Amino acid sequence: MNMANAVREHLVSMLVHNKPGVMRKVANLFARRGFNISSITVGDSEVPGLARLIIMVKGDERIIEQIEKQAYKLVEVVKVTPIDPIPENRVEREMALVKVKFGDQKQELFQLVEIFRGKIVDVSKEGAIIEITGSRSKVEAFIRLLSENQIVEIARTGIVAMNRWNVVEKEGF
Amino acid sequence: MKGSKMLFEALLREGVDTVFGIPGGAIINVYDELCNYENKIRFYLFRHEQGATHAADGYARVTGKPGVVIVTSGPGATNTVTGIATAYMDSVPLVVITGQVPTSMIGTDAFQEVDVTGITMPITKHNHLVTSVEELPYSIKEAFFVATTGRPGPVVLDFPKDIQTAEGEFDYPEKIEILGYKPTVKGHPRQIKRAMELLKNSKKPLVIVGGGVNISGAMDLVNQFLDKFGIPAVSTLMGRGVNPSNEKLYYGGIGMHGTYYGNYAVANADLIIALGVRFSDRIIGNPKTFAKNAKIVHVDIDPAEIGKNVRADVPIVGDVKSVVSEFLKYDFKTDFSEWIEELQEVKRRFPLRYEKGGKFIKPQYIVEKVDEVFPDDTIVVADVGQNQMWVAQYYKFKYQRSFVCSGGLGTMGYALPAGIGAKIGVPDKEVVVFAGDGGFQMNIQELMTVRRYDIPLKIIVMDNKALGMVRQWQQLFFNCRYSATILADNPDFAKIAEAIGIRAMKIEKPEEVDRAIEELARSKGPMLVHALIDPAEVVLPMVPPGGDVGSPLVEAPYDENLVERILSFEKSRGE
Ligand SMILES: Cc1ncc(C[n+]2csc(CCOP(=O)(O)OP(=O)(O)O)c2C)c(N)n1
Repeated sequence: MNMANAVREHLVSMLVHNKPGVMRKVANLFARRGFNISSITVGDSEVPGLARLIIMVKGDERIIEQIEKQAYKLVEVVKVTPIDPIPENRVEREMALVKVKFGDQKQELFQLVEIFRGKIVDVSKEGAIIEITGSRSKVEAFIRLLSENQIVEIARTGIVAMNRWNVVEKEGF
Repeated sequence: MKGSKMLFEALLREGVDTVFGIPGGAIINVYDELCNYENKIRFYLFRHEQGATHAADGYARVTGKPGVVIVTSGPGATNTVTGIATAYMDSVPLVVITGQVPTSMIGTDAFQEVDVTGITMPITKHNHLVTSVEELPYSIKEAFFVATTGRPGPVVLDFPKDIQTAEGEFDYPEKIEILGYKPTVKGHPRQIKRAMELLKNSKKPLVIVGGGVNISGAMDLVNQFLDKFGIPAVSTLMGRGVNPSNEKLYYGGIGMHGTYYGNYAVANADLIIALGVRFSDRIIGNPKTFAKNAKIVHVDIDPAEIGKNVRADVPIVGDVKSVVSEFLKYDFKTDFSEWIEELQEVKRRFPLRYEKGGKFIKPQYIVEKVDEVFPDDTIVVADVGQNQMWVAQYYKFKYQRSFVCSGGLGTMGYALPAGIGAKIGVPDKEVVVFAGDGGFQMNIQELMTVRRYDIPLKIIVMDNKALGMVRQWQQLFFNCRYSATILADNPDFAKIAEAIGIRAMKIEKPEEVDRAIEELARSKGPMLVHALIDPAEVVLPMVPPGGDVGSPLVEAPYDENLVERILSFEKSRGE
């Protein structure tokens, strides 16, 4: 399989006018064009009045090119910047809060939290809430290592990311 | 100034003098204000909001100006949806203003409340719910600016009732800039140069003229380009009007019902220069075999079209008019006479043709007769289905913006209201509407609008007693099982027209066609011809869906049983 047809996850950073309904428009556009969003986050950007969306989608190169071009068709979209697929070239973070029961594995749990440099942000007799921050794969690895009957609740922020200083950003289409 | 007055002041500043619509509770203040603008804005009341929207669309397609629609909330707004989607697919500039319940009631499932921006999101270039009277002037400006610049398209402005009555400052921006919205007009010089180098080295070049050429008003330049370099051309359904002075350079339509030789040209070209084309599935058939021998130069104002359905070897983002005028600055000798001779030979062997003679009127003949009798600059509006394809095949369009039909969405019921809008837009030209019996009944109520404003529209209903195009597919691909397509019980359309007060004529014999069409051309007022046509006629050639454009069906058996079935139905009715 050549690279162009390979399906992988892509991150794009989108600067948009911060107006009511803009998230809905972006999400709607992606759904209509058959692009699968696996993560979307939104927050204020460095420019007043503009918000930044970080979106993760799955697809091949052609789909990714279409995403950028289609996104620009929304009047609300100001700029689309692809985030470098090479992990060393970007900084990517996600945070998860995980509510866990101790059961008889309290010690193991504390060890795990330490290995993953997580934080215990709340404790009680039955269990704790753990905050874990890192790349998506790190967050997911942590969750995978917990046993299913330990987990009570998970809340995740979705991914925020940006290219490192040394990455020359290619102007979107 | 009140919000509703601001709307009309803004319309005047945008040069709008024609508006289409139907009033209602959530827009009643705007309609009240309309009374104060009667001598500046011509308003046309339709009988259905779909009709009003198609009319605005027809008006926009022939004039190039945005079509403006004003309707009420809820059902008024939802009735425009098909019209908006139709305009969206064919890149037609519309500004649709929908009344909305007062802002304080939004989200409460108030009477006649629907989420208009939600519903129309995927079928508009842009939409916006006005949230305060302060932002109203800017929002209207933005609506017109976005609808008419770059790749045009419909914009919906949802206008709550309390903002219509609110007082505010009317400060209308002359010009606006939207951060991040800047359509590229000029093509990249390097890409243009690459395209011209490919042309220089090509043996079998072909220009595909698309709807973008009509929209940008570039048809004359395209004709010059073809003549200057002697390049043969074909057109998509939306790209009709190609008319180089050397007629050996034009090979008709392409795609599903294109000419044999047009599709042959596509399949055998070594270079395709696609101008304002979006390479829809109806054009390319099987994407794997489409133009497999050709390098593709793709010119379009919308970057998202480039590389969407077919690969582009030379992408040129820009306005076709600007790009073609750059092409014309190049000077080099070309000689494609061998290629043209090849195409001429194919055309001689596989011409567009239909069986003449026989007891029924042939629809293709009606189209040829209209072409012969009506002036050259006539605007022809077709509905959807076989009628549309016969018009596209047999009418020789000579000018840009002279063929109006729903290409991308294929909306039955489009032609009558769009024809009304077209005639309102260019009252000095003849406007002929072709419709099938099925589609005609989808907006037949607009005959009342023709009567109300005495619009001298010429209407031809080609009645094959069936939902013809679907019936054709059943005939060819479903063993003649005519599931839900036979309309043997159609009414007498001439009588309906007469009851409304429109002159009409019904014809059923081939020898009646000439006189009817001549009458139609002579008629000063509106007139309808109800033509009973061959009920088993099919549109050929045909590239089956997803098929190879190089090898279309050119023949199909004539279904005598179908004819029998329809005739016996008439007998059983004692007609
Ligand atoms: C609103 C709508 N409904 C259904 C269709 C599907 N359709 C495409 S062509 C066709 C038949 C059209 O029949 P008619 O209007 O009589 O025209 P003809 O093909 O016979 O010329 C139908 C039902 C459509 N295009 N539009």
